[in-house]
Amino acid sequence: MRNRIAAAAAGFAVAVLGFAGAAHAGKDLDAVRARGTVNCGVGIGTAGFMLADSQGKWKGLSVDVCRAVAATIFGDSEKVRYVPLTSQQRFTAVQSSEVDIVMGNATYTLTRDTALGLDFTGIYYYDGQGFMVPKKLGVKSAKELSGATVCVAPGTTTELNLADYFRTNKMTFKPVVIEKVDEIRSAFFSGRCDVYTTDASSLAATRAANVPPPQTIDDYVILPEIISKEPLGPVVRHGDNQFADIVRWALFAMIEAEEAGITSNNVDEMLKSDNPSIKRILGVTPGMGKALGVDEKWVYNIVKQVGNYGESFDRNVGMGSPLKIARGQNALWTQGGLQYSPPIR
Amino acid sequence: MTDTMPAGDRKPIAPPVDETGPLGWARKNLFSSWGNGITTVVLIAFVVWVLSWFLEWALFTANFTATTGAECRGGGACWALIREKFRYIFFGSFPYEQHWRPLFAIIAMLAMLVLSADRRMWNWRLLVIWGLGSFVTFLLMFGQLHIPLSLILVVALVAGGIGLALRSGLATSSERMAYYALVGIGAVGLVLRIAGVLPKWSIAIAPLSYVETSLWGGLPVTLILATYGLAFAFPYGILLALGRRSNLPLIKGLCVGFIELIRGVPLISLLIMASVMLPLFLPSGTTIDKFLRAQVAVILFAGAYIAEVIRGGLQSLPKGQFEAADAMGLNYPQKTLLIILPQALRVVIPPLINTFIGFFKDTSLVLIIGIFDFLNTANQALVDPNWAGFPGEVYLFAAFVYFIFCYSMSRYSKYLEFELNKGTRR
Repeated sequence: MRNRIAAAAAGFAVAVLGFAGAAHAGKDLDAVRARGTVNCGVGIGTAGFMLADSQGKWKGLSVDVCRAVAATIFGDSEKVRYVPLTSQQRFTAVQSSEVDIVMGNATYTLTRDTALGLDFTGIYYYDGQGFMVPKKLGVKSAKELSGATVCVAPGTTTELNLADYFRTNKMTFKPVVIEKVDEIRSAFFSGRCDVYTTDASSLAATRAANVPPPQTIDDYVILPEIISKEPLGPVVRHGDNQFADIVRWALFAMIEAEEAGITSNNVDEMLKSDNPSIKRILGVTPGMGKALGVDEKWVYNIVKQVGNYGESFDRNVGMGSPLKIARGQNALWTQGGLQYSPPIR
Repeated sequence: MTDTMPAGDRKPIAPPVDETGPLGWARKNLFSSWGNGITTVVLIAFVVWVLSWFLEWALFTANFTATTGAECRGGGACWALIREKFRYIFFGSFPYEQHWRPLFAIIAMLAMLVLSADRRMWNWRLLVIWGLGSFVTFLLMFGQLHIPLSLILVVALVAGGIGLALRSGLATSSERMAYYALVGIGAVGLVLRIAGVLPKWSIAIAPLSYVETSLWGGLPVTLILATYGLAFAFPYGILLALGRRSNLPLIKGLCVGFIELIRGVPLISLLIMASVMLPLFLPSGTTIDKFLRAQVAVILFAGAYIAEVIRGGLQSLPKGQFEAADAMGLNYPQKTLLIILPQALRVVIPPLINTFIGFFKDTSLVLIIGIFDFLNTANQALVDPNWAGFPGEVYLFAAFVYFIFCYSMSRYSKYLEFELNKGTRR
């Protein structure tokens, strides 16, 4: 009997809390709505992720996540105010409400997620340390690199990861340790070392930008092995769970749309689909938008204006861009990657 | 018979050809000995070699028309990159179809600077030029200006106060009444405004769409930071320098403390304080515009340096000048503004312009707090993977633009020295 009363009390408490949560939106979301724009902190120019183009418009994979959030809240992906931030400023800026979201290619770690008073709401790019080699070496896997000379920056986790990886796989290597990034690059491209190792996204940017002519980007390959975890995620501050939910699900919606085969080109036809899952995602069967506290057409707006995750990836960092990064870990879980969205239902 | 010829028949004979003209000059200065001759030949060959290499790269094999970075590779300089990116480098993320606004803002600022460089304008006209120039610049950049009532009241108070101090004993009674009226209106208005009797009210001038400072970039940012940084730092520096020589211990102590504190830390640390620490101290939800924070940091920093330069000028004046001014019955503001400063500032023009040039370039440090000044937009142009790999071209271009500004300033300083020292030259 006592148990039943306790259970009823707990149920009542949950119901009251839940009701209180739904009744009024958090202060951050209210502020965003009142302002009419999402303040999105972006890092200072990183190719493929966030960079102003020749017309001064911000473009990139990280920028697209901000646009998806704006499309979710306002139905218009252009209602974003971009605030350029350096890596020292980015967390302060979100703590002090200067921006609502930081898309500064920040690695998701426990300390940042907790002690700084911030929340990571997902992972839009699985980065990690990789290896780049000249194609003429004919190497297909990092496991074949035994005895290679490796260009690496000193005193970084990169150097430690490198040593660990080779030791674990019982291989040897000769490190060529160079302090300055420019010098590492020229050493690698002039053939002083066989392998260059750093974060895979930065390997791709180097390959796109710094290959000296007459060599071309096709003369270098980034090996599929990724030996460290650098998951990059959007950051919001603690305290407004509803806003955090919107940021979380805006990214999930991009991933879910790719999995469901909804693209910016076919999204209008998809509205007529009989598939109950697609009907739910696109808001033809209402409910999802109401639960999130936004318009029912939120996923439609995201996909129509920004595109699904695969489109954005391809356009900004993938094969449709100069960076030509393979999907790798960022492929959908159905295709052997790690990108996975909880179901929208 | 004498062997002197009559004076009328003497014909001056020109010196040998190899002693005058370019040939003679070259012989005397470049080929006066075997060693010098060899050095000359080697150096000329070196210069020609470098120059021909440079021209080959920058002109003859350069690519001006490529549409992607890939087409540019392999040849000489890729000026097509500048062609593609120059609007971004000059104007940053300012809305593309409205680039005429920062363009005219730059023109307005340059016109303002050029006009105020003319000595004939150094009177009440200077106020008009700067008032008008600043109004046009910020109206174009922001698109909309809201001038609050309290600002107008503060301006009235300050203007009246300055008028009273400077024209004391000179002004007619009606002029003095006008100053008292200004001070009265300003003071009473501000008290009423603070007490909440007067409403929060502002004049709105909004002919264009609003563009916030986070979208500003490129040359206007560099020019605004440098121009207004120095324009505010200059009077502020003068006050600091005067304060440092004051007989009142409190004022002297504050000024010395401020100057030494600011000079003791690098500009970067001030900027980082302003951009990272300051927001944490403010109540949640209050943010001060990042651009304004950087601008204030530049003003404070430049003020301390300018103060020290001006103090040098003040110390160079003989004591008699101060005493003579006192003997004439001038009050402190009159003495300072009419007797002391004109002489003190004339002495310090070269180091002052040197400080200005330094600060014009130091404004590029704002890139560490994420403000896109001219150098930073040039940097960003390099990151674009479609066009990456041509740092030389971009930096040469940026250096060229910086050089134009800094060299004009240094020439102007030369002219000013000449102008202002006319009285002391024989």
